[in-house]
Amino acid sequence: MSDAILLNVILFLPVLGGAVLLALPRPRDDLVRGLSMLVMILQLVLALWLYLQFEARVPGLQFETRVPWIAAWGVHYHVGMDGLNLLLVLLTAFLGPLVVASAFSSITRDVKLFHGLLLFLQFTMIGAFLAQDLFLFYVFWEAMLIPMFLMIGMWGGERRIYATLKFFLYTAFGSILMLAAVIYLGYFVLSSTGAPSFAFADLYALDLPVSTQTWLLAAFGLSFAIKVPMMPLHTWLPDAHVEAPTVGSVILAGVLLKMGTYGFVKLGFPLFPEATQLATPLIMTLAVVSILYGAGLALVQDDIKKIIAYSSVSHLGYVMLGLVSYNLLGIQGAIIQMVSHGLVAGGLFLMVGMLYERCHSRDLAAYGGLARLLPVYSVFFMILTLASIGLPTTSGFTGEFLVLLGAFHAAWPQFEQGVTYPLVLASLAVLGIVLGALYMLRLARRLLFGEARAPVAGLRDLDRREWSILALVVVAIFYIGLYPNDFLRKTEQAAIEYQDRVLPAQKRGLGQ
Amino acid sequence: MADTTFLLAVSGLLFTLGLVGVIVRRNLLVILMFLELMLNGVILSLAVFTQMVGAEAGAVLVFLVFVVAAAEIAIAVPILLLLVRAGHSLDPGAYGGLKG
Amino acid sequence: MIGLLTLLVLLPFAGFLLNGLLGRRLGPGFVSLVGCGLPALAFLVTLRAWWLLESGGGEPIIETVFTWARVGDFPFEVAFYLDRLSVLMTLIITGVGALIHVYSTGYMKGDASYARYFAYLNLFLFFMLLLVLGRSLLVLFVGWEGVGLASYLLIGFWFDDVEKARAGRKAFLTNRVGDAGFLLGMFLIFTTLGTLDTDAIQTAFSNGLVPAGIATATGILLFIGATGKSAQIPLHVWLPDAMAGPTPVSALIHAATMVTAGVYLVARLSGVYIAAPDASTVIAVIGVLTAFFAASIAIVQTDIKKVLAYSTVSQLGFMFLAVGVGAYGIAIFHVFTHAFFKACLFLGAGSVIHALSGEQDIRRMGGLARRIPWTFGTFAIATAAIAGIPLLSGFYSKDAILWYSLASGQGGAVWLWALGSLTALMTALYMFRLLWLVFLGESRLRPEAEHHVHESPPVMTGVLVVLAAFSVFAGYFALPDYLSELLPLPPERFDSAALHWGQIGFAIFLALLGLAGAAYLYRDGGRRAEVLQARFSRLHHVLAGKYFVDELYDRSLARPWRWVSDRVFLRLGDRILLDGSLHGLAALARRGAAVLARVHAGSLQSYAWMILLGLFVVLMWAWHHV
Repeated sequence: MSDAILLNVILFLPVLGGAVLLALPRPRDDLVRGLSMLVMILQLVLALWLYLQFEARVPGLQFETRVPWIAAWGVHYHVGMDGLNLLLVLLTAFLGPLVVASAFSSITRDVKLFHGLLLFLQFTMIGAFLAQDLFLFYVFWEAMLIPMFLMIGMWGGERRIYATLKFFLYTAFGSILMLAAVIYLGYFVLSSTGAPSFAFADLYALDLPVSTQTWLLAAFGLSFAIKVPMMPLHTWLPDAHVEAPTVGSVILAGVLLKMGTYGFVKLGFPLFPEATQLATPLIMTLAVVSILYGAGLALVQDDIKKIIAYSSVSHLGYVMLGLVSYNLLGIQGAIIQMVSHGLVAGGLFLMVGMLYERCHSRDLAAYGGLARLLPVYSVFFMILTLASIGLPTTSGFTGEFLVLLGAFHAAWPQFEQGVTYPLVLASLAVLGIVLGALYMLRLARRLLFGEARAPVAGLRDLDRREWSILALVVVAIFYIGLYPNDFLRKTEQAAIEYQDRVLPAQKRGLGQ
Repeated sequence: MADTTFLLAVSGLLFTLGLVGVIVRRNLLVILMFLELMLNGVILSLAVFTQMVGAEAGAVLVFLVFVVAAAEIAIAVPILLLLVRAGHSLDPGAYGGLKG
Repeated sequence: MIGLLTLLVLLPFAGFLLNGLLGRRLGPGFVSLVGCGLPALAFLVTLRAWWLLESGGGEPIIETVFTWARVGDFPFEVAFYLDRLSVLMTLIITGVGALIHVYSTGYMKGDASYARYFAYLNLFLFFMLLLVLGRSLLVLFVGWEGVGLASYLLIGFWFDDVEKARAGRKAFLTNRVGDAGFLLGMFLIFTTLGTLDTDAIQTAFSNGLVPAGIATATGILLFIGATGKSAQIPLHVWLPDAMAGPTPVSALIHAATMVTAGVYLVARLSGVYIAAPDASTVIAVIGVLTAFFAASIAIVQTDIKKVLAYSTVSQLGFMFLAVGVGAYGIAIFHVFTHAFFKACLFLGAGSVIHALSGEQDIRRMGGLARRIPWTFGTFAIATAAIAGIPLLSGFYSKDAILWYSLASGQGGAVWLWALGSLTALMTALYMFRLLWLVFLGESRLRPEAEHHVHESPPVMTGVLVVLAAFSVFAGYFALPDYLSELLPLPPERFDSAALHWGQIGFAIFLALLGLAGAAYLYRDGGRRAEVLQARFSRLHHVLAGKYFVDELYDRSLARPWRWVSDRVFLRLGDRILLDGSLHGLAALARRGAAVLARVHAGSLQSYAWMILLGLFVVLMWAWHHV
């Protein structure tokens, strides 16, 4: 089976599995779970295989499939893999079995529907990453909202309706603007080349006037910025996380948030390079503000999930900072940071979920001394905390170090020419590592150390299923922390292409 | 022919009277009656135009419309009856089901 | 075939894994064996490496292990680098480290988390070795942060106590502030030189390839990192709190090794500082000020470990004073001697605490000399060493520092020497105060402790003896000469041998004066000192309150940040402005909808009316446009 076909298999496997699942009349719960797990594991194996097959230093897409879909509009079913979506697809496939395993204990009603939605969601997310046609991308982008909306709304916490509506409407609002931009782009291609097309390759080649670029970037950018989420468009995230079921939170933090940054790096910035250059100070500012603001907010929360939610705002600020440094250090760092955050935040939400299943409380004040009560749990929690802080040997360090170095590397030449602002921002971003340690260690101290207390007596430590899930996450975190080179080799080409598109004729930093 | 103008004026007057009645009156049966008045005004204008243009088909059309009007009454009255039986009032204001 | 240096680094890591994963199950015997055996093995490997180094004539041994990341053309590599400087540090780390591990088998005996303790301690060794053996600043930084982690875990080792956990957190955070400076310095070096390898950096700076402004900026940024790690002003606040951890931890991490990492860093990149005299001046000034202030606080502390903690801060200040005036080799010399006598002092304190079943307040000690003679003897020797009593190790290293602070042609100044000498006097004073109050005079013990006073087991006293011996003899290793190729001594301003001898004489005088003063004030259990204390109560209050630096930080940094995060970010920003505008929009939509909905009044007649109107409008429009 050729690799291109495999790619399509990976994409459609979950939705087919989901369809089969939903078609079954009243199946037993463990049958549902088993089937779901089987699909996810299969997908992961195939994704790993493709990862190994992926060749570094090959320009353009690999494992491509391009089939006309709506010919009259120039829309194709066009999917392919490059360095940018390679790791994200792998991340999504990696988290798949883990969330299904987590759902074994946390989802106990309407199990069939839930897993059906989960599989469908997996389909839409991977589709969005793999899409190489703008129309197709948009379809997947919108489609993602539905299962998420239902998952939060049906299996969520007390204020779930508020949270899910907020999430849906906020995101959809951005998407509407993006739709206008998409349509405009399609029309523009048609009028300037005579043939309609939504292919990314064609769109990259467009030469749009700067004023047009600006509003298009704004439209796309707003939509992506809401998803990242960047300050000040982030307020949907804490509520969504808090009210979502564990699985929802893990997917939200692990994958969905990456959609925003992926949108920027794949579409927003390279499609509109001149506008991006003009907007760089703004983007950089918002990125650093996100880092600091998120860190500050995380410090004063008493709901454990909110702390991690705000930490996501902070961490993804680093990604944005890396993307606008326009040198390989920052760009590669941003890519790694995306994956790292997916693992770390996903892992932390998994752990919160495990705690919640036992005690039904997310209130920090209700807990203490868990290192005494749940020693194995605490070890994993400590490791994830350290990864979040960016301790060297963890993936968090790899991402943050490269991003910060990249940002500094970009800021320094400007400083030497008298522009001090980027250097100030880069220095503030470095300060972010102190603030990051501040709130995470507060969480760790309150949760794990001190006097032992918990809302429920007789807590049991992690069972085999639970620590297996976490062990996999931790192994991945250390792998990226200790030997990121394999990943970096494979993403380098895409990073260079991004760089070339965003800096059309300019000199690049670390020209390498 | 001054007659046609006069007759058209009459039909217009009938229509207007009927319209005003439909809008203003607060008794469902009366509204129905005024509705018929509107309809008859239109039919009158139809007859006049037929005469002005000289098309025989117009005469047929007039009778067709009469029949439709009769059928319409035949349905409207039972509907009204059912409505009033449920709502216990002939006042249109008592029925707010279409509100919002 | 695994490289020697790589093996060296991995040995303690193996210990961490073994004890961490299996220790609990396999029992204290296993843990002790692995926990002490592997560091001891590492020491042997170090000796071998040392031998290899010397037989190569001091040529650095370089081992490249793997490429961590390749970004563009630049490879970030993991490589190890052994030269005379790093081999010295490694000997201290593995040697003193192994000794302290052995001591711990006695001190921590019976502790419920025995395995965890040794796992963490081995983890620390691993990271510390990464720090000193790393060729590039990146590997060094991994070790740098790693020892911070180990420190955090060990300070908060008995985590059931909130205060101890808090102390660990404080240490980590304070270090992190320093680390931010370190990172910026690293970035600057990378951006201007395109490399992170310390040997390449040294060469570049020595050859004058770097403009002075950048050298100064780099120097200061890296020093900020050193300030955090080595507890200098203004980031010194974590070290005294770190005493919450088990005493052997204090000895190893907060005396002999981790805290000296800052000094090592500066010495390692001496080229940077030679090229940046302004940065060096900053270092010297901060060093001497820290030394002085810490000593002043130490005089009034009543917890035995706190006295030693502030003493460490003070001695570190001396080391930075030395590097600040270009006497890098002398600073390392002092690192070396300090490792022995400070470790001996801390472990001795541990022995005392052990003997007194946990008492740490020196006001409740006394008269222990005869009852725990080994502890007393070794403690006395180490005290004499730190005080600068002639012929002991501390005398040689400290005296050299004082001399260069005066006479160095790269920043020596009279006021530096004066303040340094005053601090030396105070050092002697507070150390002998400690000796007297703890061991001599009448017993002021609590009745419960009185009965259980016992000498520590041989595992502990044996280590004390070894360390005390080194405290005596370490001064005779001519370290500065050994390092002179790497770290040449600065030129001297004064050519006078007489001046030098005079300074030495004066230093001896000060040491003896301190001894005499302490004897006088504290002989009778400190009554005379108490009189003095009452007379200068305000000063005492300030000193005992550590100049209220912690309170200052809390009020000027911690609380404002929390306030801003809560009031401005959360309440004003997120809730009122952002969510508020969202909810406002939603409310607007709802109200607009309500207004528009009024059209649907439910009245048939109004509907008819509206249809008519609409029709009318349309007809009018059509009429106009036709």
